[in-house]
Amino acid sequence: MLNQLTISELTARLARRECSAREAMQACLDRIRRVDSRIKAFLSYDAADALSQAEAVDKAVSSGADFTERPLLGVPVAIKDVLCVKAHPCNCGSKILGKFISPYDATVVERSKSAGAIVFGRLNMDEFAMGSSTENSAFFTTLNPWDTSRIPGGSSGGSAAAVAADQAIATLGSDTGGSIRQPAALCGVVGVKPTYGRVSRFGLVAFASSLDQIGPFTKDVRDAAIMMRVISGHDPRDSTSVPHPVPDYAAKLDGNIKGLRLGLPREYMIGGLDPEVKQAVDAAVRQLQKLGAELVEISLPHTDYAAATYYIIAPAEASANLARFDGVRYGLRVEGADPIELYSKTRDAGFGEEVKRRIILGTYVLSSGYYDAYYLRAQKVRTLIRQDFLKAFEKVDAIVTPTTPTAAFKVGEKSDDPLQMYLSDVFTVAANVAGICGISVPCGFTKSPKLPIGLQLLGKPFGEETILKLAHAYEQSTGWHKERPALG
Amino acid sequence: MAANDFDIKYVVRLARIELSPAEEQKLGAQLGNILGYIEKLKELDVSQVEPTAHAVPMVNVTRPDEVRAGLSNEEALRNAPSKANGLFIVPKIVE
Repeated sequence: MLNQLTISELTARLARRECSAREAMQACLDRIRRVDSRIKAFLSYDAADALSQAEAVDKAVSSGADFTERPLLGVPVAIKDVLCVKAHPCNCGSKILGKFISPYDATVVERSKSAGAIVFGRLNMDEFAMGSSTENSAFFTTLNPWDTSRIPGGSSGGSAAAVAADQAIATLGSDTGGSIRQPAALCGVVGVKPTYGRVSRFGLVAFASSLDQIGPFTKDVRDAAIMMRVISGHDPRDSTSVPHPVPDYAAKLDGNIKGLRLGLPREYMIGGLDPEVKQAVDAAVRQLQKLGAELVEISLPHTDYAAATYYIIAPAEASANLARFDGVRYGLRVEGADPIELYSKTRDAGFGEEVKRRIILGTYVLSSGYYDAYYLRAQKVRTLIRQDFLKAFEKVDAIVTPTTPTAAFKVGEKSDDPLQMYLSDVFTVAANVAGICGISVPCGFTKSPKLPIGLQLLGKPFGEETILKLAHAYEQSTGWHKERPALG
Repeated sequence: MAANDFDIKYVVRLARIELSPAEEQKLGAQLGNILGYIEKLKELDVSQVEPTAHAVPMVNVTRPDEVRAGLSNEEALRNAPSKANGLFIVPKIVE
């Protein structure tokens, strides 16, 4: 079935005229109709628009379009609801944006379209990207395709689930504290968080401006490398994007990782790590050694402080970024006698509980009298955490860890205790705080129920090439990426 | 500077979010818990450390001060809850 293919496989067939883009897009739409009532990855999608994009691709292909210039030609790519797609709704998983329609494309969307992708759908997410389970969506919870009584992870739960369930060939999500890597691990797909500044944030609704990055979810590492090349690069519209040249990541995947040094941080193999996860990650590390990588024990001494640092900085930045949702220029409006009442009533009605929690926390840690003790202190600890990584990268080429401490948990299991939910991000938040890159790849399953386990590789700033290489070599020596959930 | 002097009523006024008394109580307790956890950052000596506001060592990113195309007035108003005469309508601010 065409929806089960990877980017490489589909574009090869399209180039050989073995199928049409319309057929491939239709296969994805049929799959969505068949399984999405059980998974609920999509908030909405415009089938007619998707098919007409596909027809335009078919015309381009028959006029001799170049697949090397447009590496996503004909590929259905679905989009997390936090990214602007012109003329499509944008709700960020929230009620407060009402019937907002984006007036422009995000840079990553523009680049995906130029590369020939069929950009469709709005994928479910935790509201304003705040969450680790997609339970904070104002609409409904997405379910894990491997076990629909469990969460897919978050905040990009819909993006991960849609790829795992073959509803899209690839998707885009965002990662502020792990929101790509964690759902990728829990859903058994590949997810990449680029180095901060690698990918333009123009058109990404901002959660935490110094932590956010956009990245791909794919079925294998080669596909991720292809997507990364398309979306990466300097953008004058994002003053935090870095003018670093973009390598041809896919061309560098030669399978040779001999001599690459892998760091194992002693602080990461902690209590609270599920024994099956530990077993799978240990086996993956031995496999990487067999393939020629060298193991080096390293220390990241400030690991224990990363979550606390993150949960000051992210809410603080969010409190500033979400101030714009006030009922004045777009979205929901609840009337008030004066503007302050307008704002307060609109925001009370429009924001969910987790968003309110984080805005209030963020406002507090930035407020007069508390700024030094909390926010400024957190920024200093941030320096220490970043230095830990930069020091480690003098001795190793990549750092290997579990992506998450456990496999997917049940719906409702952690939603009563926000602090518990925050602590489940322990392996992913440090990378955002330090600004480095990371990838999660499947490395096995728990026994019963069969749930995916993810291996995380962290790279130095602009070290995506190395972690993609390592991830690819590992993946190709195992069969995990070929497994699919039994959805029928 | 501990979690126990967290005045939720003051902070929600700053944040422009109106909460019900029940929400105030629930969120206040949860936030007290979270702030208690965050206290662990006080264990570290950061007296000699510079803050990192921004993970990438880029500074002074500027462009020429030239007018460029942006959204048209119409596009900017398209999602407005209330509009007239090319303007957003809001409750009166000044008497």
